[in-house]
Amino acid sequence: MNLKELVTGVSGEKQFLLGNEAAVRGVIEAGVSIAATYPGTPSSEIGNILSVLAKEANIYFEFSTNEKVAMEVAATAAASGLRSFTFMKHVGLNAAADSFMTTAYSGVNGGMVILSADDPSLFSSQNEQDTRNYAKLANMPILEPSNCQEVKDMVKYAFDLSEQFKIPVIVRTTTRVSHMRGVVEFGDVADNSSNNDNHWKRCHFNKDPSKYVPVPAFAGDMHVRLWDKIHKIEKVSNESEFNRVIELSNDKKYGIITSSSAYNYAHDVCKFNNLDINVLKLGFSYPFPHEKVVEFLKDLDEVFIVEEVDPIIERDTLAVIGAEKLDVTVHGKLDETFPIYHEFNSDIVADGLNKILNFKQDSEIKFSSGLEKLQDDIPSRAPVLCAGCPHRAMYYGVNKAIEELGLKPSDVVFASDIGCYTLGINPPYNAADYLLSMGSSVGDGCGFSVSTDQKVVSFIGDSTFFHSGVSPLINAVHNKHNFVLTVLDNRITAMTGGQPNPGIPVDGMGDEAPEVSIRKLALACGCDYVRVINPFNLDQVVKTYTEAFERNDTAVIISKAPCTLIKGLTKKPPVQFVDKNCNNCDKCVSELACPAISKINGKITIDESQCDGCNVCIQVCKYGALEAGR
Amino acid sequence: MDNHYCIYICGVGGQGIIKTSTIIGEAAMNQGLDVVMSEIHGMSQRGGSVSTELKIGGYNSSIIPNQAADMLLSFEPIETIRGLDKVNSETKIVYNTHPIIPSSTNKPYPSVDSITKTLRENFKHVLPIDGAQLAIDAGSVLSLNMVLLGAVTADDKFPLTKESVIEAMKNNLKPKFHEMNLKAIESGYKSIKG
Repeated sequence: MNLKELVTGVSGEKQFLLGNEAAVRGVIEAGVSIAATYPGTPSSEIGNILSVLAKEANIYFEFSTNEKVAMEVAATAAASGLRSFTFMKHVGLNAAADSFMTTAYSGVNGGMVILSADDPSLFSSQNEQDTRNYAKLANMPILEPSNCQEVKDMVKYAFDLSEQFKIPVIVRTTTRVSHMRGVVEFGDVADNSSNNDNHWKRCHFNKDPSKYVPVPAFAGDMHVRLWDKIHKIEKVSNESEFNRVIELSNDKKYGIITSSSAYNYAHDVCKFNNLDINVLKLGFSYPFPHEKVVEFLKDLDEVFIVEEVDPIIERDTLAVIGAEKLDVTVHGKLDETFPIYHEFNSDIVADGLNKILNFKQDSEIKFSSGLEKLQDDIPSRAPVLCAGCPHRAMYYGVNKAIEELGLKPSDVVFASDIGCYTLGINPPYNAADYLLSMGSSVGDGCGFSVSTDQKVVSFIGDSTFFHSGVSPLINAVHNKHNFVLTVLDNRITAMTGGQPNPGIPVDGMGDEAPEVSIRKLALACGCDYVRVINPFNLDQVVKTYTEAFERNDTAVIISKAPCTLIKGLTKKPPVQFVDKNCNNCDKCVSELACPAISKINGKITIDESQCDGCNVCIQVCKYGALEAGR
Repeated sequence: MDNHYCIYICGVGGQGIIKTSTIIGEAAMNQGLDVVMSEIHGMSQRGGSVSTELKIGGYNSSIIPNQAADMLLSFEPIETIRGLDKVNSETKIVYNTHPIIPSSTNKPYPSVDSITKTLRENFKHVLPIDGAQLAIDAGSVLSLNMVLLGAVTADDKFPLTKESVIEAMKNNLKPKFHEMNLKAIESGYKSIKG
């Protein structure tokens, strides 16, 4: 499919879409004018696509410096009367939380939808927090699509709901929904054509501090109004077609209440095992549809709650049972019928249901001992820093400097951050000792520097530095912290697929944009020692770290070299191996761990299809066995 | 249970696994079949193992239960071994015999012949193909995914026609590669059909 069909596709047309592509179509059908994000898996593709389609879809789109800014861009647009969309990964909502909480109080005029993509089983995240807790915390309605069609339909509906009740609405996906592909039937596209010289619509903000400025005198009333909205919205969730019973049985003994991707597993297990059990699927789970749940529960003896991550529907259901004095036994996470962490699948759901229903037949396949051994013996294939990645050179260099200063690895603490460079955790670099969140390496550097007797080196990427590294750097300077901050500026937001950031002269819609200098920022923060270095020059890397280690302030080293995955870069010719010079010290393999260098049948081999010609290995080899390609 | 078909596709980041799966999914949609697919993005793409799961028929979940795949299609020999949770005694196990040796590993890469021999001791339908060579013969090693796509269409139980898969390929890949891709699909098909 050509992505442009997300804009040009007509009602009734069907496409095989990724969940994130379906979200974009929902946004386009809803007539959104303003969209903002900070990229984060599993939500990243939404931004990548909007970045390409924004102009055709009459949408202003930006990659904001962080999720909080994205939230504020969307909130003000919606307060002004435009439809706005912000989206992020689940932990991004933590960064945005301060403003997010208040948007529930101040409300909106145009529809505002916040898509938060959870990551059960942590495919690419530091935790598996459950966004549904935020719906309760902020008092904001939440919709939980299970498949791509629902992603599109619920995103679109969320704007109507938001506008009707003047409140932002959350759409919670999970990795398995965001990264599922399925057939999506398109609906009508609302008109959002521009009324001015820009490609997106503009409107006029009508001042009303009692609504939009939560000083104590006003915020109390805002909270009252918020609860009034939530009580009204509960009636809607009780009647919503997104909360529906799938009747697979006439028997009323057992039931399942489920949501999101967990619904898919519950449905398939019941269907393909012919289980006599009805399913209540909650697509609109906060405000909790109390009456609909009572209606479903009242004739049941036992109910299974099948939901991923936290036992939220389960606790709400227990509350309903308590309030209504129903006699229904609940099986969920709290009684250990289902696991309380990690994502589900059909096997896990079947195992849980089977504890009570005993329907499964044992069908274990026995492999030969030879195959079992083979399974144990195959090499792992963990993600690695790419061949030619500038981070590898920096990690090699910092470890060399530590060695040359006579320090032991335990004498230096590495505070890491969120990006490809977190892969520095792996040997031989061992360059990630502590990590909390986006930008945390800088604050962690402050903490370690006052609390330990060790040297401290922080590593942060360019995009992460802009995201939330600047204010802790100010803290570091002002409070006289002593550590080396390394900004790994690879000219892109790499881990999430190559989005621009403020350090690059291009914005989220592909237009030219002012480039913000990391060096000048560090100088403006008050750092006396700021060095921009070429990471592929190992001598310079080692020398700079050695200098920085000997200082007693916040030293900043900026490694500036583009990510090897950036399209259009000219590749240098691959390194050549000179067999006769090789001393078999294996340092090129063991100390660099470059995927282009391996030892096959006792001989160093350069994989020319991978080698990027960064020539770092040539500087590591003391024997001249590696030469620059020509 | 006619027209139910689950394919677990695995390999290494960069081999064109997601594109191949999307083409099959789109072909299924065009034939009017229900289809869902699961894919993993993010961390797993930095040279790591990659897998997709494709389910044709009336499934809601895009994840194949253990032992429920009709076909295991592997782009790389040892990735076949990693995918075995999904297979049963009837599963067609199709894999490219050209290894991609992982860097920085402390375990030696097993011989591909021993992999084939061990798989044959355990399963009825073990179908190794020299996909990399067939791809080179078709015009470029980059058409490996098309060779394997052709191999999928050769399974008698596969519910889609080769023609609809070719149609979906044309809709998803650049016209200048169509001729090479057709050759690759054909050679993959023949490598199974004989």
